[in-house]
Amino acid sequence: MVQTDLNSIIRRLIKEQAKIPATASELADSDDLYDHGMTSHSSVMLMLGLENEFGVEFPDTMLTRDVFSSVNAIESAIRRLQQELT
Amino acid sequence: MTVSTPLPTGYLLASSPNFLQALKVAAEHADDVDRAGRFPSEAIQALKEAAAFGCYVPAEYDGMGVSFQHLAELTFEISRRCSASGMIFAMHQIQVGSIVHHLNAQTWFENYLRRVAGEQRLIASATSEVGVGGDLRRSIAAVELVDGSGGLVRFEKQAPTISYGGHADDLLTTLRRHSEAEGSDQVMVLTHKEQMEMKQTSQWDTLGMRGTCSPGFVVQATCPAEQVMRVPFSTTAAETVVPFSHILWSHVWLGIATDAFERAQNFIRAQARQSPGSRPPAALRLSELSTNMSQFRAFVKAATAEYITLREGDPKQLSTIGYAVRINNLKIAASEAAAEAAQGALRVCGIAGYRNGTPYSVGRHLRDSLSAGLMIANDRIHSTNATLLLVYRDSK
Repeated sequence: MVQTDLNSIIRRLIKEQAKIPATASELADSDDLYDHGMTSHSSVMLMLGLENEFGVEFPDTMLTRDVFSSVNAIESAIRRLQQELT
Repeated sequence: MTVSTPLPTGYLLASSPNFLQALKVAAEHADDVDRAGRFPSEAIQALKEAAAFGCYVPAEYDGMGVSFQHLAELTFEISRRCSASGMIFAMHQIQVGSIVHHLNAQTWFENYLRRVAGEQRLIASATSEVGVGGDLRRSIAAVELVDGSGGLVRFEKQAPTISYGGHADDLLTTLRRHSEAEGSDQVMVLTHKEQMEMKQTSQWDTLGMRGTCSPGFVVQATCPAEQVMRVPFSTTAAETVVPFSHILWSHVWLGIATDAFERAQNFIRAQARQSPGSRPPAALRLSELSTNMSQFRAFVKAATAEYITLREGDPKQLSTIGYAVRINNLKIAASEAAAEAAQGALRVCGIAGYRNGTPYSVGRHLRDSLSAGLMIANDRIHSTNATLLLVYRDSK
């Protein structure tokens, strides 16, 4: 998958699921989503959205704050899971 | 003079004459503190004389540096005598832990810890806020720079409850990092009594835990910017505030339940002595209660041990969803177990337990234990766990 596709899908899910006040286009890839108002509840919704979109399941060891803290962090987590699948 | 291997400082404190005296004082005044709904000033003063309020401050900052394990045991021992004193001790230590474990090389806070140890300063906290519905991780009030002051900050926070707020030397307050920050982008600010104006907004006339004196306040404060902790509160909350609170509170509740159990046991023994050869009918209820107490104690001890292991070995684990679910489960289970134990003790003691002023009175224990399910309401915690369990597979 092309990087920009993955990045834009994640940004769409952040907008739809995490419902953070900043519009996704204002977010830098390294911005801390929690600083932008993501709560533990909305982060769970984002995880569910990501699992559904990419057909992956986050193992319990990846359910940490860091893994979902930024667009970059989510992107590398998804890549790791996709590599494990292939 | 021979030099012996030093004992761990927690043991030294727990068996020191001053600490034992403080326990005695706490027990002596517990009923009056409850009845009058007053601050347990005798016990708190005695604990200060035992240097107990600086016990968790590391030795390099002039404290005793007791382990978390010992801190929990000390909380338990105080709470067996006087729940209010135990809860005040626990809450103070949660604030000390929040500073000790998140110092971030901030000189001001290092010096402050020396003052806590040296002056036995009592720290309260203002985490709840009018308008956020009890959500620890969201603030409305913010840290604001005072224009042209050369590095002063100010805040105003409406706190629906501040335990022993009128009796503390210092206050640790959660606030938004700056006036534009999101509600969840929080920091903690430590302010001294003389830097604050605290306007009391409600009374604390409650069913139980009356001696914690926890009314509402509007807090206005101005202080140098170096009194703002640099570490994000999200980190402090996950690694320290939440686990410290749930574990130390559980020890308070275990202490209340244990004293109620002992009263029930004394009641059965007294009955048995009066009619040798026959076992009192309520002895079976006491045995049931003993089973429940074993479970309660085991759960609290296991959760304490897990926290110590993770904190020392892999603190990142404390920020996982799995750990959040488990530490929340401790709070729910321990709070329910305490109230059940107090009711069980009342069933054993009957009217002697229901009446105040007998050696078997457990009314105070029952009323105190009922607060456990309400301080951070269990339904709120269930609601958080319900969400977390959408992604976490709770197999541990």
